[in-house]
Amino acid sequence: MRETAKSTGTERRHYRVALICAVTAAGMLGLAYAAVPLYTLFCQVTGFAGTTQRAERPADTVLDRVVTIRFDANVAPGLGWKFQPVQRTMDVKIGENALAFYKAENISDRPIVGTATFNVAPEAAGAYFNKIECFCFQEQRLEPGESIDMPVSFFVDPAIVEDEIAGHLTQITLSYTFHPAEKQKAAALQASTPAAERPSASESGS
Amino acid sequence: MASTASAAHAHDDHRPHGLKRWLFSTNHKDIGTLYLLFAMMAGVIGGALSIGMRLELQEPGLQYFANPHTFNAFVTAHGIIMVFFVVMPAMIGGFGNWFVPLHIGAPDMAFPRMNNISFWLLVVAFVLFIISLFVEGPPGDIGAGTGWTLYAPLSTLGHPGPSVDFGILSFHIAGASSILGAINFITTIFNMRAPGMTLHKMPLFAWAILVTAFLLLLSLPVLAGAITMLLTDRNFGTTFFDASGGGDPVLYQHLFWFFGHPEVYIMILPGFGIVSHIVATFSRKPVFGYLGMAYAMVAIGLVGFIVWAHHMYTSGISVNAQAYFVFATMVIAVPTGVKVFSWIATMWGGSITFRTPMLWSIGFIILFTIGGLTGVMIANAGVDRALHDTYYVVAHFHYVLSLGAVFAIFAGWYYWFPKMTGYMYSEFWAKLHFWLTFIGANILFFPQHFLGLAGMPRRYADYPDAFAYWNYVSSMGSYITAVGTLVFFVGMVLALLKKERAVDNPWGVGATTLEWTLSSPPPFHSFETLPRIKASEHH
Repeated sequence: MRETAKSTGTERRHYRVALICAVTAAGMLGLAYAAVPLYTLFCQVTGFAGTTQRAERPADTVLDRVVTIRFDANVAPGLGWKFQPVQRTMDVKIGENALAFYKAENISDRPIVGTATFNVAPEAAGAYFNKIECFCFQEQRLEPGESIDMPVSFFVDPAIVEDEIAGHLTQITLSYTFHPAEKQKAAALQASTPAAERPSASESGS
Repeated sequence: MASTASAAHAHDDHRPHGLKRWLFSTNHKDIGTLYLLFAMMAGVIGGALSIGMRLELQEPGLQYFANPHTFNAFVTAHGIIMVFFVVMPAMIGGFGNWFVPLHIGAPDMAFPRMNNISFWLLVVAFVLFIISLFVEGPPGDIGAGTGWTLYAPLSTLGHPGPSVDFGILSFHIAGASSILGAINFITTIFNMRAPGMTLHKMPLFAWAILVTAFLLLLSLPVLAGAITMLLTDRNFGTTFFDASGGGDPVLYQHLFWFFGHPEVYIMILPGFGIVSHIVATFSRKPVFGYLGMAYAMVAIGLVGFIVWAHHMYTSGISVNAQAYFVFATMVIAVPTGVKVFSWIATMWGGSITFRTPMLWSIGFIILFTIGGLTGVMIANAGVDRALHDTYYVVAHFHYVLSLGAVFAIFAGWYYWFPKMTGYMYSEFWAKLHFWLTFIGANILFFPQHFLGLAGMPRRYADYPDAFAYWNYVSSMGSYITAVGTLVFFVGMVLALLKKERAVDNPWGVGATTLEWTLSSPPPFHSFETLPRIKASEHH
């Protein structure tokens, strides 16, 4: 064969270039996976895509300016809950610590564990919206027919007034969506969709 | 270079014959031919799908697709086939394999056996993709209607059937094929250039393939990662792109377009190289601004990696991020402009002959420029609010790909046909093919600008009556283009039947690259004695 006639020096040079290329490709694959935690971290640090912040204690200063906080609640398909905010809006001073409540009720006939995802809109406000205490930090379990009031303790960081985009906001919407907790997801999906309509829902695996 | 030692072994009578020659081929020319034939076959399928779409869209209402999902599956399959199984195999696998070794004066590719694997992996990928068209996608329907982008959650929760899984595996294998090919090209170009051929003397087509190979190497693994996450989200309960488990579907869009944007340059850069040679050949002048042309391609490749989110202006990214992506995207117009103006400057004052390859190349330059200009328009986040996911975008990317990349492929095909086969094509049929395609494709795609500006969204089988007129015109254009494709095959069959011998260099003094110093077709093993490039010689 022709290759055997080539001097080993040429072959070694070929393999070196090929190896560098292969390592580069593997590195890019690794970076694609690294993008997952990095993206989450990036959202948490910068408030990107309306990701809210978590604070240990209230703000030091309270400004005179008032923003209106609007409350929004959603339930993912397949979760047998009724979920709504107790108050639709609330006027708070910037920096002032406020307490709002959401009400959830299990309207199905079996116990359900749910977890909430959340963000704020406009997205630019995410970096300044701080939660001290929130039901969204843990899973919630409701027995059939049980209903609970769930508190959110939050404040708007006074630093928001210096932000060139978020500084002009007069309204911020806080939104929650309850999903079935991981281990109950498949069961919830099946329960909510009659087998005749979605024949392969059980095969979806997610 | 040490390969002269192989000359003693490499006589033409060592050429394998029959099935063995094609199935186990390690010869760059034979593998290039296989790629070109494969691309032609896939192109006929992909083109037939698009005719199906235009038949449906010719009039409002549902005529041929009782089930709109089937229409979406056609759209998806058309896109994926044209991107992964037509343009890439033709440009990179076909012309790249054939002419990169000839252009740089190398006897073959660096890894001939890996070259063979690359090709056959692509065939396997295509088979998997065809299977995906005939198994269940969404509940009760066959095929995937996700678009070539496979956005979650449509591709995860929306398509529980195995169709998307077959599609993902097909992407994996096509990606592996392309990455192996890219490694082969990079190694060949870095290590096997003829004595005296420095990188700065290398023909522009080899430059184009070198840049393309790097783009493949850096972008395809990201696609592989993203679709693997889709696969595990679908089948193994991970939640990379599922909000209920803490994931984010927008992350998929970021990952996809980090691959997807370089991908569009992967499809067009080899065309830039081909067109540069043809314009120089038929203007009888060396290409204007050689170094500028080479580094413009490098610049386009680099900037191509930092503009991905201009596909995602409406996904909710912040105003500041949008401003950056608008700016970065517009920067690409600069090196692209360098290329367009250099082609014009090459023609300027040249002794131009309008042979068929030149017609395709001039067609390419005009239509690619139109596509580039609409690209600058929709690069504006504000304008994109109105035009996102409308037919304006469809018109834009078909002007750069269908009328850009595909025109470049046909230009290269007619330019190198005498070299590859040893026969001349019929100038009459070739020119008829060009004019039918040029007129047909413009009637097909130009009205889609109007439809998009009027607000007609993509990816629907039906539309309101208000859009009927231009859709009718557009469909007529697609039939003209289809006739053009038939003319292409007639011309090819006639050329192969008539067997009019082509001389070594049918294009005259303008054709200066090394392949024209060889016989037509070139010997099975070319450059048994390596050519020496003198310092004074132009690339």
